[in-house]
Amino acid sequence: MRGFTDTLRRELRLALRQGGDSLLVVMFFVLVVVLFPLGAGPEPGILSRIGAGIIWISALLAAMLSMDRLYQSDFEDGSLELLVLSPAPLEIVVLAKAAAHWLTTGLPLIVASPLLGLLLNLEAEGIGVMLVSLTLGTPALSLVGAIAAALVLGARRGGVLISLLILPLFIPILIFGVGAVDAALLELTYRPQLMVLGALLLLAAALSPWAAAAAVRQAVA
Amino acid sequence: MVAFSGTRLTCIRGERLVFEDLGFSVEEGAALYLTGANGSGKSSLLRVMATLLRPAAGELCWNEVDVWDDIPAHHDRTRYVGHANGVKPVLSVGENLTFWAAISETRSEPVGQRVQTALDGVGLGGLSQMPARFLSAGQRRRLNLARLLAAPARLWLLDEPAAGLDEGSTAVLESMITSHLAKGGMAVVATHDAVPAGARRLELP
Repeated sequence: MRGFTDTLRRELRLALRQGGDSLLVVMFFVLVVVLFPLGAGPEPGILSRIGAGIIWISALLAAMLSMDRLYQSDFEDGSLELLVLSPAPLEIVVLAKAAAHWLTTGLPLIVASPLLGLLLNLEAEGIGVMLVSLTLGTPALSLVGAIAAALVLGARRGGVLISLLILPLFIPILIFGVGAVDAALLELTYRPQLMVLGALLLLAAALSPWAAAAAVRQAVA
Repeated sequence: MVAFSGTRLTCIRGERLVFEDLGFSVEEGAALYLTGANGSGKSSLLRVMATLLRPAAGELCWNEVDVWDDIPAHHDRTRYVGHANGVKPVLSVGENLTFWAAISETRSEPVGQRVQTALDGVGLGGLSQMPARFLSAGQRRRLNLARLLAAPARLWLLDEPAAGLDEGSTAVLESMITSHLAKGGMAVVATHDAVPAGARRLELP
């Protein structure tokens, strides 16, 4: 457990000192969402119909954008080798990194999303469910992303490769995330979708530390 | 007597045979110096010893027990200093070392005092609060070496530890190794410099 808190504290401190990074991710998120009314036309009917999808897809893209930095600087300056060689289990260290990624990118996205929901004319009920679905879904994005980011270490054009690896894996999360909001807007039951999202999160939390740790070990060998 | 040994080790990297059929052993209180031309496999051998690399063949043993059977125990008793220093420019010198000291230890006692002693030991004592981005290359190397003092371990694996160090710091490094060995520690050091008289040496072909 000590490895977890030490790593988490270090990652958060690094994110804070390097500043800007999570702010950039949130600004990217807001800008992409704001582009949709300009592209799709401003009729409120259309926007409230596709609003949940717009916010979810923008959140996926924003999370993905920040993903390739997860290990990159540690890989370049030799810290990753030392983390692999520390007695703390690498799975725990990787989990801490994913947690820090969520706290610095996922959480700000969630905070920004209600305002964007209003902007897209989503109904209050839809916004509430969207918040819950993002809260369940974005940690899963960080966890899945931690695997992909480790796999592309050392590859040239890792940033492009990572999107090809990661986006297909995000599809189930997207389907149930948007599905829950749509159900709420149609005044249908949305519990099943949220429960599936919760299950996906638990699955990612259980599996991704192992997979990501194995990929990191491969990368530093 | 504690011993760290390898037998018939073979290392292949990118389909190139780096070394084969290599054996070594280090006992308590002894150092082994690895010498050889560039590309002869000194770093690869150290990475094998650290378990960063898995040898294609051969055995790596600590007290006759295969190291790969208990990786966490091996990581606990080993400190590896590679070419890269693992120094984060935006963290202060003290924060950098505190993190590495804390994560390198399974004991849960506070590391604050040991970190300051270690920084004093490598001559960075007064720079604890300074952001590491202002350190020179040699000072970064010294900060990396300070891990050896802040989180003590039995076996030191040092890959050209004197690279970038001035004469004074090289002397400090040598005395660090001497006192480590005197306390029953072990060290494997890859070097291009002169090997101390009487030290065991393994020349890689």
